[in-house]
Amino acid sequence: MTDLLLEDLTWRSFSLFLLAGVLMLVLILGFVTYAIYFERKVIGWMQMRIGPNRTGPLGLLQSVADVTKLLIKEDTIPKKAERTLFILAPVITFIPSFMVLATIPYTPSLHFADLDVGILYYVALSGVSTIGIVLGGWASNNKYALLGGMRSAAQMISYEIPFVISVVGVIMLSGSMQLSTIVENQGGGFWHWNFLPQIIGFVVFVIAGVSELNRTPFDLPEAESELVAGYHVEYSGFRFAFFMLAEYVYVFAIAALTTVLFLGGWHAPFPFLDFIPGIIWFLLKFAFNVFFLFWIRATLPRVRVDQLMGLGWKVLLPLSLLNIFITAVYYELFIR
Amino acid sequence: MIRTEELLLNVGPQHPSTHGVFRIVVKLDGEIIIEADPVMGYLHRGTEKLAEELTYTQIIPYTDRMDYVSAMTNNYVLVNAVEKLMQIEIPERAQFLRLIVMELQRIASHLVWWGTYLLDIGAMSPFLFAFRDREIIINLFNELCGARLTYNYMRVGGVKWDAPDGWLDKVRDFLPYMRKKLDEYDTLVSGNEIFLARIKGVGAYDADTAIQYGLSGANLRCTGVDWDLRKAQPYCIYDRFEFDVPLGRSGDCYDRYLIRLEEIRQSIRILEQALEQFPEGGETMGKAPRVLRAPEGEIYSAIESPRGEIGCYIVSRGKDKPYRLKFRRPSFVNLQILPKLLVGETMTNLITILGGIDIVVGEVDC
Repeated sequence: MTDLLLEDLTWRSFSLFLLAGVLMLVLILGFVTYAIYFERKVIGWMQMRIGPNRTGPLGLLQSVADVTKLLIKEDTIPKKAERTLFILAPVITFIPSFMVLATIPYTPSLHFADLDVGILYYVALSGVSTIGIVLGGWASNNKYALLGGMRSAAQMISYEIPFVISVVGVIMLSGSMQLSTIVENQGGGFWHWNFLPQIIGFVVFVIAGVSELNRTPFDLPEAESELVAGYHVEYSGFRFAFFMLAEYVYVFAIAALTTVLFLGGWHAPFPFLDFIPGIIWFLLKFAFNVFFLFWIRATLPRVRVDQLMGLGWKVLLPLSLLNIFITAVYYELFIR
Repeated sequence: MIRTEELLLNVGPQHPSTHGVFRIVVKLDGEIIIEADPVMGYLHRGTEKLAEELTYTQIIPYTDRMDYVSAMTNNYVLVNAVEKLMQIEIPERAQFLRLIVMELQRIASHLVWWGTYLLDIGAMSPFLFAFRDREIIINLFNELCGARLTYNYMRVGGVKWDAPDGWLDKVRDFLPYMRKKLDEYDTLVSGNEIFLARIKGVGAYDADTAIQYGLSGANLRCTGVDWDLRKAQPYCIYDRFEFDVPLGRSGDCYDRYLIRLEEIRQSIRILEQALEQFPEGGETMGKAPRVLRAPEGEIYSAIESPRGEIGCYIVSRGKDKPYRLKFRRPSFVNLQILPKLLVGETMTNLITILGGIDIVVGEVDC
């Protein structure tokens, strides 16, 4: 794939890219469908409920039915809404969420574009999604949506920064921003994985990552009990589905990125387990990360908006800066 | 200087966290509330007026529908007022049954509050845990009187149904289970950092303010005022049992939270003693005339409902129907402090404070 990217664009390479893109999209849609199913089952299990079990065998078709329902639903746009922006907002939210997946390496051979600045690319694009959320909140011409959108903007600014800085430690250890190089540097057992030397960075990354996802306990923009549904309160049908889709694609992205940056990507936890293919290890860690996100959703209450900012600026940012300093000392003493 | 405008936001009557059809219009500056104006009456059914056309027994089902989370205490306040007016003696067994159902009801009501309050704060699981445990109480009531929510259980002079065989044993089994679950609730929620940060110091007021506004129940006791009608003006047979009245100090949402959880523990204590002293045999209905004609006069009877002092004021002209009937509903009275508490708070705290007051809209609007 990388060779193709370096060549001039021809019809052949273009159609190959298109094919790969569509393939990825289908994969992602499949993931989202069953991530929702999995989430409902996991949370149901934690809350002593059964979860979906009616549509299809074991309820496996529940999400399919839900999506179909959203598709055939009447598409309403409020009369007083800013029409163009209202239509554009879900698209702006969704596209970056799909684009960031291009840079994630699943195994040494399975990836799309292994950019030299992979992390930077991820962070830069994922910030764009917030614009979609703010736009959607603004364009709906609804007060609840506006409050949700504004919260989203405030949250993004407070958490994007610790999010980026917490990754700097990893970049320093690996000497590269390329995600595949970062994974390669973590080979040879779990004690080489980044989450051990980078434990502060790891914790900050996970907290800021959950906040990026707008999920519990940081689901302030759509805080059900306060803002009804927040920024997407006026959205229905497929536009609403796009917001939801973007949220779950980011679940995929964050879970994959955590695996790559801190949990050793495709590497086995012990060298003697190397005979199991890398993709299995990747998927196992990935699945655990996804489970973790659903787990905390069933456990934690929501953070208040001012406390959220306080946590971001007063705790996470200094911690992530401290992490850079510690990493530098560690690097000088032990690695060089 | 950027010119900013206030935002007039209408919260409710259809909003996930206004506990029914309560509405509040808030004026926001950013996310800070500068004015709050509660609007009530969306669930007004005119119970008090309707009661003037009903015989005393016919009013009892209406009281079920006022505070539908705590119907047993509502039953009691009405029948108690009529009994006081007519000076009817209540048999021992009926007294015990009344006490047991009222204390079970207090536990059930606090569980509903606990679950929905955490739902307001954004945690979903506690809600389901609370309803799982409440379900046991509901089933016990169902076995006793055939209804799950609106029991219509008490009558002037006693109770409608005696406890079926084995019912008391089921209550006895429930108590240690509930104790264990309460500890589980504490582990799950009470120490959670996010939760503590959300409710500590929020919506605080002092004892004077609380008394000025006529607050009662946990809303009053959280400021440290020792006022529980079960102790202060014992009714039913509460003076025979040992229990503590949990008090707070800072008057904030956290104290109210702790008090309500502690009240569940105290209710369990009362129930344990009541089951031990439960009389063998005996009547469940006292000597009440077939047609209840209350003598001319006025009476006010107040008891401690899970939400505070619920009172029933009856003016009788010697007929079988009240001339005028008035309920003092704790939810309604406690709600009056809300606009004062909300000024200067954020939108998020609105939900925390409103939830902390513990209202039931059926009772607010009556």
